[in-house]
Amino acid sequence: MRLTCTVNGTEQHVDDVWEGESLLYVLRERMGLPGSKNACEQGECGSCTVYLDGLPVCACLVAAGQAEGRQIGTVEGLAGPEALHPVQQAFLDAGAVQCGFCTPGLLVATHDLIARHGRPSDAETREALAGNLCRCTGYEKILDAVRLAADRMAEPAAGGDR
Amino acid sequence: MDFLQPVTWAEALEAKAAHPDAVPIAGGTDVMVGLNFGHLRPALLLDLTRIADLRDWQVADGAVRLGAGVSYARVISELGDRLPGLAMASRTIGSPQIRNRGTVAGNLATASPAGDAHPALLAAGSEVEVASARGTRRIPIDDFYTGVKRTAMDDDELIAAVHVAPPSGPQQYSKIGTRNAMVIAVAAFGLALHPDRRAVGTGIGSAAPTPRRAPAAEEFLAGELDSSGLWESRAELPEATIARFGELVAAAAAPIDDVRGSAPYRVHALSVMARRALSWAWADYRSANQEA
Repeated sequence: MRLTCTVNGTEQHVDDVWEGESLLYVLRERMGLPGSKNACEQGECGSCTVYLDGLPVCACLVAAGQAEGRQIGTVEGLAGPEALHPVQQAFLDAGAVQCGFCTPGLLVATHDLIARHGRPSDAETREALAGNLCRCTGYEKILDAVRLAADRMAEPAAGGDR
Repeated sequence: MDFLQPVTWAEALEAKAAHPDAVPIAGGTDVMVGLNFGHLRPALLLDLTRIADLRDWQVADGAVRLGAGVSYARVISELGDRLPGLAMASRTIGSPQIRNRGTVAGNLATASPAGDAHPALLAAGSEVEVASARGTRRIPIDDFYTGVKRTAMDDDELIAAVHVAPPSGPQQYSKIGTRNAMVIAVAAFGLALHPDRRAVGTGIGSAAPTPRRAPAAEEFLAGELDSSGLWESRAELPEATIARFGELVAAAAAPIDDVRGSAPYRVHALSVMARRALSWAWADYRSANQEA
């Protein structure tokens, strides 16, 4: 079947989509967007987290046809043309990335968390990221990165003097 | 495999009548796992996410009619006051990503004994509204679960909504697993106090072939509350009453040993969860009186 949806603001058409495949497969194998990672294929690990009409979801659990006409946002859409998104930069600066496999999902989940909560408490962060597994970092650096990103995004432009 | 995406409920029912083996999909949190792992290869996938009617909930005579397409995230954010037990159960489900997609109706359709919504629905008192091209009927929740992942629905039926009675007293929910997120329950327990009809509702999860109530525990506790005048006095519950309630809840279970836990562990956990849930609910009931 043919699938049409908007990915990171651009309308995309793909043909010969198998009816039983996931949005994750479409993104990675048919649209050349391998940022969303394929690990568990059962919604356990969060490494395929994408926005579907503004809500973070596991792309592996969305049937391709369910994305017809919908707005998809992937990790590839976070950075601007000149610079990484502050969430991405904070993960680099805080050392929250080791093997990096879980990172794209954590970036999307953190992006959503800060958009909703501004400066989340640690408890809110732990709850919001509970569906994103990382087997390298032990999560402490990830929590550091979330705090760093939230602080930077809450500051006025040009790095205020808070 | 075919993929159908009806826009109206009538179209969906026609499709299910024409293809009784079609697999309905909404949040996809169960169906897509089956597809991804090759366990499920239906001739037709029937996507219900375009049917606007299913995404609504309404209140009629105090009861909530929860449309089949309402996500757990919305039960938590929109219905915490009207469906307290179900909202508590919803908070224990999966992760934010799962709660943004999964639905109570999907939990019902899958009918896993470990489904987190079931104990809350059993305790509160609920009816499942199912429909086919032949018409609509309501199945009392006590009659809905017929076996492991089996329900009282016919092959041509789809779940339209679940009707949940309004709370007249406190509701509580307890679930045990290896962490606070992303776990299939080792055991779960739902409790509802119904002071309006001087009754008690219970629901046991993950500890029998189907979700089930603990009728002897309900009758025992309702009898104690009645005979001791506790509904009116709101005095402290005797420890012996709480302990006996826990024993009777555990006695209603019929668990198996599996990778998540042994049968004796599940029975023990249920007695503990039942005691705790009752203590919490009774504390809520007593403090509600002080506010009144």
